[in-house]
Amino acid sequence: MLTKFKRIFKFAMADFYRNRGISLAAIFILIITILTVTGLFLMHGIGNFIISEVENKIDITAYFKSATSQDDIMGVKNQIIAASPSIKSVEYVSKEDALADFIEKHKDDPTLQEALDQVGDNPFLPSLSIVTSGEAAEYEKVANILKGEQFSSIIEKVDYSQKKDIIDKVFSITSRITTFGLAFTFVLVLVVMLVVYNTLKLAIDHSKDEITTMRIVGASSSFVRAPFIIQGAMFGVIAFVVCFVITAVASLLLSGALSVMMPGFSLFHYFLSNLFLIALIQLGFGTGLGIISSVVAVNRYLKL
Amino acid sequence: MIKFENVTKIYKNNFVVLQDVSFEVKEGEFLSVVGKSGAGKTTLIRLILGLEKATSGIVSFNGVDVSKMYDNNLQQMRRRIGCVYQDYKLLPAKTVYENVAYIMEVEGKDNDDIIRDVPKILEVIGLGEKTNNFPHELSGGEQQRLSIARALVNKPDVIIADEPTGNLDPYNTYEVISLLEKINKSGKTVILSTHDQAVVNKLGKRVITIEAGKIVRDDAGGRFVI
Repeated sequence: MLTKFKRIFKFAMADFYRNRGISLAAIFILIITILTVTGLFLMHGIGNFIISEVENKIDITAYFKSATSQDDIMGVKNQIIAASPSIKSVEYVSKEDALADFIEKHKDDPTLQEALDQVGDNPFLPSLSIVTSGEAAEYEKVANILKGEQFSSIIEKVDYSQKKDIIDKVFSITSRITTFGLAFTFVLVLVVMLVVYNTLKLAIDHSKDEITTMRIVGASSSFVRAPFIIQGAMFGVIAFVVCFVITAVASLLLSGALSVMMPGFSLFHYFLSNLFLIALIQLGFGTGLGIISSVVAVNRYLKL
Repeated sequence: MIKFENVTKIYKNNFVVLQDVSFEVKEGEFLSVVGKSGAGKTTLIRLILGLEKATSGIVSFNGVDVSKMYDNNLQQMRRRIGCVYQDYKLLPAKTVYENVAYIMEVEGKDNDDIIRDVPKILEVIGLGEKTNNFPHELSGGEQQRLSIARALVNKPDVIIADEPTGNLDPYNTYEVISLLEKINKSGKTVILSTHDQAVVNKLGKRVITIEAGKIVRDDAGGRFVI
């Protein structure tokens, strides 16, 4: 058994080297395929980051009258949470916290510090910073609570950001992108799979007469098929190694430029944190396609 | 050893290649099958090897119906038949040495046997100096000698040669036919398909003549008569 495996492996290696033009073409096609799938994966990560960034922006800030007690404010907070359990966050910011935050933010600006000194008292109001999930219904619920009669005596003012409109737009775009993206990804993956299959089929068609001769001299199906399958797997593994290196280098080089456009997002960090998943996708896609295509293509000539 | 019983082979569009063919080849016999191109000689050989199935009738090898053999048994039978073809059917991506060694590897022979036997047979066949060459680097005669070495290396029961001299000059034709005669003298069964009149007449062995898919003559010490 070991001798048989060694022989099959030797045939695979020899054919790989002797038909190196065809081998390189097959590997090249696999590289393009794997990079396309990896690109889609990275795009998915970038898309998710953009959406979560928009979603996590504070969209409603309710400012309370200076004398409002913390208990009253917490009562409003609890009512909001009870009405919308899926709300992302409702954060209480006291007058003191708001002042400290302002001083910290503008510590390098003496003019603002001076103005603050002239005012004397703490001019800030206690507030609730509310982050909704971005769903229109939830936004409406929170807005209705804050506009309600029962809190009109303690609420000074409510700031609504433009997030609602932005989120409506982003959601409408992303839902379209998701639908279109899924269909596009499916079609793209199908196309690249067909390209890989046909490239390997061409490589095996090149050996059609050889396979026929092997069958005529009495070689068993597995003895003929196995070297082609090993070659398919080798194409996949080599393509994986190349793609992995390209992905690592590209994500490192693009990371800086992307960080400027999307502060807080590091493509290289995203690559590192998904290292095993990316490796699995690339290796699985490469070797899987290589092996399956080889099996299907070589089986056509084994019927003799 | 090999028996055809009322074998008919019809291809698509009702194209009849063999019609009600019956004959038997005994062990150690030298049989020449002659006929014009398209007479059905190659189909007859393909039926013996199980590369085609008869439309009706039975082709048997050592008493077993070839068309009913499972893949494993069919491949075992093919290993007991050494084939020589007009177009050589060598493995182009393998060297001279590897082409012969492959047959022993298919059979599952030990590496020691392969290392011992392959150089020996290549030496006998006159290709001892070309073991590392690829088939396309050999002349027609050398390629045919290599295909004979490949057919012989596993010491098969039968040698089937389908137009083995079709692409050879008279000198190489003489060499190949002499080799087949020697193989037959060593006790092997030889089936030679040819339309070379001079070769058949010189051999003076049994001749089956096929015309339009039918056996029209089966002579023990036959001559080429069409």
